[in-house]
Amino acid sequence: MSDVIPLQASLGLSAVLFAIGAAGVVLRRNAIILFMCVELMLNAVNLAFVALSPYAGVQGQVFVFFVIAVAAAEAAVGLAIVISVFRHKESVDIKNFSLLRW
Amino acid sequence: MILLLQEAAHAAGQASETGGTFTPLLPGLIILLPLLGFVANGLLSVLAARRALPRFAAVGSDHGHGHDDNQASEQEHHDHGSDPHPADHAHDVHGHDAHGHDDHGHAHGPKPFTHVLPSFIATGVLLAAFAIALANFFRMRAGHPTTPWVHEYWSWMPVGTLSVGASLQLDQLSMLMTLIVTGVGSLIHIFSIGYMNEDPGYPRFMAYLNLFIFFMLTLVLGASYPVMFVGWEGVGLCSYLLIGFWFKEKANADAGKKAFIVNRIGDFGFLIAMFLLFWNVGKLDFVGVNEALTKSGGPLVFGGAVVTAIALFFFLGACGKSAQIPLYVWLPDAMAGPTPVSALIHAATMVTAGVYLVVRSNGIFAMAPKASLVVAIVGALTAIFAASIGLKQWDIKKVLAYSTVSQLGFMFAGVGMGAYTAGVFHLMTHAFFKACLFLGSGAVIHSMHAALHATHSDADAQDMRNMGGLRKYLPITFWTMGLATLAIAGIPPLAGFFSKDEIVGAAWDGAHDQLGLVSGLRSVGSDGTTWLWLIWAALSIASFMTAFYMGRMMIYTFFGDNRTGETERKHLHEGSWTLTLPLVVLAAASVLGGFLNVEAEVPIVRNLNLLGLGESLHHWLEPVLEPSARVMAQAGIAAPQVEHTATPILIAIVLGVLGLGLAWGMLASRKLRVATEEPSYGNVPERVLYNKYYVDELYDRIVVRPVGWLSRLEAGFDKYVIDGTVDLVGRMVQWVGFAAGRVQTGQVNTYAFMILVGVVGVLAALTRFAL
Repeated sequence: MSDVIPLQASLGLSAVLFAIGAAGVVLRRNAIILFMCVELMLNAVNLAFVALSPYAGVQGQVFVFFVIAVAAAEAAVGLAIVISVFRHKESVDIKNFSLLRW
Repeated sequence: MILLLQEAAHAAGQASETGGTFTPLLPGLIILLPLLGFVANGLLSVLAARRALPRFAAVGSDHGHGHDDNQASEQEHHDHGSDPHPADHAHDVHGHDAHGHDDHGHAHGPKPFTHVLPSFIATGVLLAAFAIALANFFRMRAGHPTTPWVHEYWSWMPVGTLSVGASLQLDQLSMLMTLIVTGVGSLIHIFSIGYMNEDPGYPRFMAYLNLFIFFMLTLVLGASYPVMFVGWEGVGLCSYLLIGFWFKEKANADAGKKAFIVNRIGDFGFLIAMFLLFWNVGKLDFVGVNEALTKSGGPLVFGGAVVTAIALFFFLGACGKSAQIPLYVWLPDAMAGPTPVSALIHAATMVTAGVYLVVRSNGIFAMAPKASLVVAIVGALTAIFAASIGLKQWDIKKVLAYSTVSQLGFMFAGVGMGAYTAGVFHLMTHAFFKACLFLGSGAVIHSMHAALHATHSDADAQDMRNMGGLRKYLPITFWTMGLATLAIAGIPPLAGFFSKDEIVGAAWDGAHDQLGLVSGLRSVGSDGTTWLWLIWAALSIASFMTAFYMGRMMIYTFFGDNRTGETERKHLHEGSWTLTLPLVVLAAASVLGGFLNVEAEVPIVRNLNLLGLGESLHHWLEPVLEPSARVMAQAGIAAPQVEHTATPILIAIVLGVLGLGLAWGMLASRKLRVATEEPSYGNVPERVLYNKYYVDELYDRIVVRPVGWLSRLEAGFDKYVIDGTVDLVGRMVQWVGFAAGRVQTGQVNTYAFMILVGVVGVLAALTRFAL
């Protein structure tokens, strides 16, 4: 199978993408970019599912569609909330979203 | 007592000399009636309080039950006959007309039904109780029982071997006490109608009086020490409520608290005695205790330490209730209450509970001759101590208060010497003349208050220096108080002469080694004759002082020129019949009461005995005093052979006459001055007497203030140690919460980071586990 991308390469890329997304969620302060980082993590998982499907069965590919649907819904609801808060706070910096603290 | 003497003639035919059976008639009702009166008057006082509020300004409606009580009380009212003296003022006329007709009373003036009904309810239930007691007295005379009638209504404390029932006991002693409580109590309730009717708290006052009678009857009719103790504590409660009846003034409220606390100290002794009795005898009912005293091989030994301790602790309880040294200090301050309270509770009934307790426990005290000697010594000391204070008091009620403490000392000297009949005799006669004196002082104060109030004078209505010449304005009060004064001074043939002389005579007999107590003391290795001589001397001096201070009181109040004031004088007058009728009845009892216990050799008494009137009190009380006689017989102490001599009687008469004569000689010829001109005291001895030997100050310094310090110390401990510990725990929890709260930053980044760390940690753990 010299013409096929090796499994290790796919999983490695998936791990790198997930790490970049997680770092973004923890470090970035822009709410919209935060959502983009969440998308990175979700798509990294999708890549892992697809990479493993030839070995574990077709369920992985089916699951990818579920994840894409949930991500779409999450992005829609999340962005709606961000727009509402923006109208109230006039900022997308999450440092200003701290009403629920002690 | 007049009714008693008249009715007794008809019952003479039924009397039999042999001991027989006695079945009482409605005994529980004697106690229940005052309780019902308390409930009814309590409801009326609540209604009156509500009507005083602006929201309830409308006239209250009548109650059918109240109407029935009106009819019943109206009958009792008519039995007293018409008013001997027409009332001088409109409000008395309205009050007289208002009975039984609420609308009529309301239409005529300010008296709402809540001020009319209590008069008939409170007095009616008491007269009914007195009638039942009288009927039972005649039954008892006819039956001549030698053992007490005891009835258990329900089992109260069945605990292990202890079985205390809610029981009543009717014997000669409790019958006598019941007659005194209900008879004198009825008269004082009638007096209260005229004296207190203008007071806004009148229904509450009558409710308290009825409640007091209920507890007092529980005390004297109880069949065991625990039941007696219920009444004992109850009368203490009512004493507190009634002394502090005008509690809006701090001095009155303080006097109530003082009475409550001092009585409580004495009650502690009562409890200890009960515990010792149960521990050693196993029984607490009077019959059971008396049986155990002479049981062969019993736990108590004649003159032993345990029985002596029991007797002394009972005496401590008696000291508190009957105002003896060292627990007498509450009684003079109890004069803060309304005068009918002083007459009823602090002269005739409650303060005699201690004497009753000692007589009821005569078997125990006979078994403890040293304790009996202590009782006699304390009684004699109290008699002379209180009498000396009474010499220099200006408040008319304070003079009578110290007189009461002194006369109670006489009673305790009597019962302490084993002369139980003499002590009870003086208790009874004292109830007559001291109640008459207190009610008379109430009539004087009532009149003085009206006079001084009419001109808005701020002179003290109770200071004798502001009185004088009142016999022209209050003739009935003057004559009745005069008779009572002669009675208490011991002038023959009045009641106090016989009863007091019997006590002093017992001391004389003891000093001449003719007293059972002296023989008992000798059998335990003590010599009593010296003590008895001292007791006799103290009682004689106290008798002399009694005549003097009573004479002084009468002179300052009724003789000489009137010092009330030119304009005030016109308002001095006798009160309504409800104030004067009890005075007349009690004065008559003071005259006649002495013949109830006179030796049969006196010709007039022999004639009375033939009619069945003058049965000797000594003979009457013999079944009750049988335990002490049995104890003495078992201890081998023979009944002393008493040789009657005229010497102590003559000495007593001379002392009484000398006391009165000295008072007259010192004061009648002198121009007496009002309070603003006459100083309270002139020299050092007078100042000491006026300040009551500074005993109140001493108690304040050695008892009250240390208790205050101890209270503040304990309060500090409670605040800084106990509360401090609890607060420390609270603050630690608070700090931990504060520290833990720091984690809540409110930042999404922080929460995401924590979740990420958690996920990595869990995955690492799972991976390690898998490997």
